[in-house]
Amino acid sequence: MGTILIYDNTMKSKQSAAVRPADIQLAELATGKVARVVSVSAADAAAPVELGRRLAELGFLPGEAVRIVARGLMARDPIAVRIGTGTFALRLFEAACIRVCPEQPILG
Amino acid sequence: MQALPVVVPQSPLVALVGNPNCGKTALFNVLTGSRQKVANYAGVTVERKEGTLLTSSGSRIRILDLPGAYSLDALTPDEKVTADVLLGRRAGEVPPDLVVCVTDATNLRQNLRLVLSLKRLGLPMIVALNMTDIARRKGTPVSARRLAAELGVPVVETVGIKAAGATQLIEALQSASVPALKAAPVWRTPSAADIEQDQSEVRRILAAVGADRLEGTTFSDRVDAVVLHPLLGPVILAAILFLVFQAVFAWAQVPMDAIKFAVASFGDWVGQTLPQSLLKDLLVNGVLAGVGSVLVFLPQIIILFFFILLLEDSGYLPRAAFLLDRVMGSVGLSGRAFIPLLSSFACAIPGIMATRTIQNPRDRLTTIMIAPLMTCSARLPVYALIIGAFIPHRAIWGGLQLQGVVLFVLYIAGVVGAMGVAYVLKHTGSGTRFQALMLELPAYHWPSLRNLAIGLWQRVEIFLSRVGTIILALMVILWALSSYPLPPPGATGPAIQYSIAGHVGAWLAVIFAPIGFNWQISIALVPGLAAREVAVGALGTVYALSATGTDVSGALTPLIAQSWSLPTALSLLAWYVFAPQCLATLATVKRETNSWRYPAIMAGYLFGLAYAGSWVTYRIALALTG
Repeated sequence: MGTILIYDNTMKSKQSAAVRPADIQLAELATGKVARVVSVSAADAAAPVELGRRLAELGFLPGEAVRIVARGLMARDPIAVRIGTGTFALRLFEAACIRVCPEQPILG
Repeated sequence: MQALPVVVPQSPLVALVGNPNCGKTALFNVLTGSRQKVANYAGVTVERKEGTLLTSSGSRIRILDLPGAYSLDALTPDEKVTADVLLGRRAGEVPPDLVVCVTDATNLRQNLRLVLSLKRLGLPMIVALNMTDIARRKGTPVSARRLAAELGVPVVETVGIKAAGATQLIEALQSASVPALKAAPVWRTPSAADIEQDQSEVRRILAAVGADRLEGTTFSDRVDAVVLHPLLGPVILAAILFLVFQAVFAWAQVPMDAIKFAVASFGDWVGQTLPQSLLKDLLVNGVLAGVGSVLVFLPQIIILFFFILLLEDSGYLPRAAFLLDRVMGSVGLSGRAFIPLLSSFACAIPGIMATRTIQNPRDRLTTIMIAPLMTCSARLPVYALIIGAFIPHRAIWGGLQLQGVVLFVLYIAGVVGAMGVAYVLKHTGSGTRFQALMLELPAYHWPSLRNLAIGLWQRVEIFLSRVGTIILALMVILWALSSYPLPPPGATGPAIQYSIAGHVGAWLAVIFAPIGFNWQISIALVPGLAAREVAVGALGTVYALSATGTDVSGALTPLIAQSWSLPTALSLLAWYVFAPQCLATLATVKRETNSWRYPAIMAGYLFGLAYAGSWVTYRIALALTG
């Protein structure tokens, strides 16, 4: 599964040098912790172009509150994500498009 | 419904639009008195449905129910239906006169973006603030008046699950003025900046109406903590499925015996009352033996659908999709394939239609091709007949019934077969490795008793009407083909052996002998092509006609228990796991793929699998039973 590469430690450290240290991938967020969406864009060049737009249409938009409600078995794919008042199941390659900034759990 | 004396030449057309699972179809049913299927998951409606609202003033309003959409940039075939209707892109259709944008009052943060983009479209619009009862119960009521002021369009409160829940909407529809001008609206794909701007507007509106507070832990969260738990979740799912199959056998016994008794008593009565005649033979051997043997399975169908409807209504189905997504992904299936495949457990036809919610055409085709391997409810009579005749009714460890376990294994066999086929298809084509999931997990609802009762009644109606039409007609035809030509004078065997069906059966039996089918089974498979449960009726008729003795009215179960070997019975079960014994499914595949190629491939590969599966089963069973 090539899409999971992005969670590889080496990839992460290389990437985190380029972005603000507070930003993390949505999937890296601890289950139950609240974060705000920072950006939504296709993370993998081979992913369909409409992926980011579709996520935006579902409500994954900068500034919105997100929280991981549950994770799947073993490789922990997929994840169930609360966005605003809705909950969506996302496969990890979809979640990889979303970068978030964790915040103090004032909301829950 | 009463017909009006005057027909209004051009009734106004109103379209119900909104995000998936916000209750459009429930509102449609209230407005038009229809009984379209509603359930608690996204993508139940995949077609455009039309109905009529008769207002108290006697005017007619045409109401369109449309598939849910997150935006008008359609990515899936079902969303395309919605976009095409609204934008007047369907051949021979004008855009609707008025749009009712249905919103879920508990999920406005998501729903209002569609309202804003529809508003930009310029079609006259009313916003229906649906599920206001739930919002109020949760302590987050939204004022329709304040929302209307902020949005600048009329807003009415609705409760789609209550008969009187659309009163305000009906009033608003009656008083809405419909402009005569009809220029087709033009949709402009919003940029990322547009969507973000809409979202700030949504936040502003939510703050203004006091609905911007986000809940912490909800009831659904607490349920999900258990149901979606990485270890507990799969255990719960397996337990639920197991319970369903146990119940299908354990609960159905009493009503099935009652139906059996009623059919047998009626048969006896007819046998004693009518003089020996052709009519009596048709009634007893054709109609009662055939139709009666299918009718017996009604209680099991009802129990199965009772559970399916409960799962659909509660919101559990998308959770099951979540839990099984790893499995689906590992054989190259889109996460979106789960719900179509699950629908196929009721019937492959709605299942195949539901693949319209899958974006990638290749993923959609794979899902269509494996949908008939899901064990549809029409297989239940066949399985139940054979299991009832050959699998002893006894408890194995833990109080589990062996019969229920065998049924469970047959369902699993279909699923495993489907996964295998999907895996092969994945490795033979150039499908994308990015199979989307993005599945909404709706808030849990207590299943509505009314909805459950309507759903079950509809299943009873469907089953009985199939028994009364297609099965009855085929049984009469089969009876005629099995009775003529009459045997020559001095013939020794049963009359059916000399009939047309007898000759066809003898010829087919040559083909099916290697997998252990006798000529009676071979005959029954032919009318059984029309629909799977027809084979049960056909066996009833064929065995009634081939019985030489007097116990013609005897039930089918003991008859086949006596005349088939266990390997034959198991082989027939294996046949029914795979064989595409359903013309309606193949016709649906033709319609959905718009080509004869795919139904032909489907029929070919499924018959091949069925023959191979039966052969292996038969040979192994023969070797084991010596």
